[in-house]
Amino acid sequence: MDLLALNPVALFATLILAATPLVLAALGELVVEKAGVLNLGVEGMMILGAITGFAAAVETGSPALGMAAGAAGGMALALLFGVMTQVLLSNQVATGLALTLFGLGLAALIGQPYTGIKPPPMPVLAVPGLSDLPVIGSMAFGYDPVVYLSFALIAAVWLFLGRTRPGLILRAIGENHDAAHALGYRVVAVRLAAIAFGGALAGLGGAYLSLVRVPQWTEGMTAGAGWIALAIVVFSGWRPWRVLLGAYVFGGVTILQLNFQALGLPVGAAWLSMTPYLVTILVLVAISADRTRTAIRAPASLGRPFAAMN
Amino acid sequence: MRFLRPLALAVAALALTAGGAFAQAKDRIKVGFVYVGPVGDFGWSYQHDQGRKAIEAALGDKVETTYVESVPEGPDAERVIRQMASSGHDLIFTTSFGYMDQTVKVAKMFPDVKFEHATGYKREPNLATYSSRFYEGRHVIGLIAGRMTTSNVIGYIASYPIPEVVQGINAAYLAAKSVNPAVQFKIIYAYTWFDPAKEADAANALIEQGADIIMQHTDSTAPVTIAEEKGVLAFGQASDMTRFGPNVHLTSIVDDWDPYYVARAQAVLDGTWTSGDVWGGINTGMVKFAPLSTRIPEDVRKLAEDAIAAISAGSLHPFTGPLNRQDGTPWLAPGEIADDATLLGLNFYVEGIEGEVPK
Repeated sequence: MDLLALNPVALFATLILAATPLVLAALGELVVEKAGVLNLGVEGMMILGAITGFAAAVETGSPALGMAAGAAGGMALALLFGVMTQVLLSNQVATGLALTLFGLGLAALIGQPYTGIKPPPMPVLAVPGLSDLPVIGSMAFGYDPVVYLSFALIAAVWLFLGRTRPGLILRAIGENHDAAHALGYRVVAVRLAAIAFGGALAGLGGAYLSLVRVPQWTEGMTAGAGWIALAIVVFSGWRPWRVLLGAYVFGGVTILQLNFQALGLPVGAAWLSMTPYLVTILVLVAISADRTRTAIRAPASLGRPFAAMN
Repeated sequence: MRFLRPLALAVAALALTAGGAFAQAKDRIKVGFVYVGPVGDFGWSYQHDQGRKAIEAALGDKVETTYVESVPEGPDAERVIRQMASSGHDLIFTTSFGYMDQTVKVAKMFPDVKFEHATGYKREPNLATYSSRFYEGRHVIGLIAGRMTTSNVIGYIASYPIPEVVQGINAAYLAAKSVNPAVQFKIIYAYTWFDPAKEADAANALIEQGADIIMQHTDSTAPVTIAEEKGVLAFGQASDMTRFGPNVHLTSIVDDWDPYYVARAQAVLDGTWTSGDVWGGINTGMVKFAPLSTRIPEDVRKLAEDAIAAISAGSLHPFTGPLNRQDGTPWLAPGEIADDATLLGLNFYVEGIEGEVPK
């Protein structure tokens, strides 16, 4: 009945499982929003990635191909959103919501023959020698490659956005698309690329759910994870490393409250469950209370339609 | 959507003036279902949808059925139910506990539409309630679990702290305890009916805490899948979940709504429908079991089958005294059987269970 009964290694392993899909989906959405596009269809792209990834892994027997197919599925749906909002200039909020509904339905349709099937297991990336170290070895190593990929992607996006010229262009487009356009940057093309990247990561996150975390296909299995990813982007203040922090806080609270209950600790599960959302609201309030900081963080053109005048 | 409300009221008023003309036999009816999860959950909502299909099979072209899946419990459900009531449905089944107040509200607006609310307790002249005595099934799986655990720790994934769930925990615990005094229950409330990832996390947490058998009162197949992966035993919920854990699945409590649904739809067709409350158990066929796994030893299988027969015959009730509440105060005197009213409001654990029912 005490905290010592919690095995930190096992706890950490389940935390990684819970946080990785959130890291991927939220990081993708961060890049999309940095380019000034608000895609609320994360949930739809995740669930489509979950089933395309699952189906591909089952059909080919390769979890790696499954992950790739999950990313492709998410990207395909994202490009649909991209064409509608960037070329046909439909409303981003409405299109994003429609994307979620469409994704849920399409995934259910594709998934019908795949219920009750076991996917091929994801191999664990073991480092000879290091993985055998006590505690540290099993805590730092011995996860599937996607976990390490998620960390690498955080670093890559951080470098790209903050330290490269294309990243600067992407941010400029997100801040003021008219000015960027006047300078000769191709606003629509860059945004489409960002949307495709965001879709691929959401799809990858979905495939991680159906191939590693649960692992099975069930209709509606994302159960709101896409919306949590959206909240994490706000929580992070549009910064890649804080996405990592946010995903582990959101995932960690869930895991902790479940484990506290299993231990019989008298912790209000309902209270713990609402903590990340409370923190997100507080972050939002803090951001909007200070106007100068708002300008620094939320991309100024976020959600605004762009049409070249000539 | 704001225009819907005056529209709904106008329709209701119209229906009121038309009055008794509707309380007669009909040639063709439209039946609607509201589900809390997707029909493909292969658990609770799937099983209700089987009932919907049974109505179509039994009544053919005299009936048209529709459904809305994954409707969140709470205020938003009202919109869905009202939409159904105002679009020509004669009979509407709302199939989750959390639709209770919304169903009552809409039922009052549409007095000529018949409503059926699953697992609730609020009724109106045009709103009936029905449920299954799931606790009878929980008694049987509790017996099996008590005999088959080797770590003496049973992991229980609960949904919400409502009487139906608390009944299940108490019934399973008492049965397990009766055959294995050392048994211990670890209980996690997931605060969801359907979230495969969270249910999987809960199963992992329980296994990590030493549980070698997982029971669930949530609707997805994720806990059975995790049990299969980790090699611990598991019981499914609501529907036969054998294929999600072919090596570890012992049995599932199966909810069979088909006969009830067909009878109620027929009653609306005949104009004989009346409000009321049905709480069916093993004896009415509402509570059934998936085929018992071959992993269950012969003597345990006999124990389970005898219990099923005894409950069905009425000679065994899972809540028979002497029983104490968790705090040690007497609840049932020796030989006393819990009455339905007490069970429907059950909000405390029996003696021996650790932890508290969340408030």
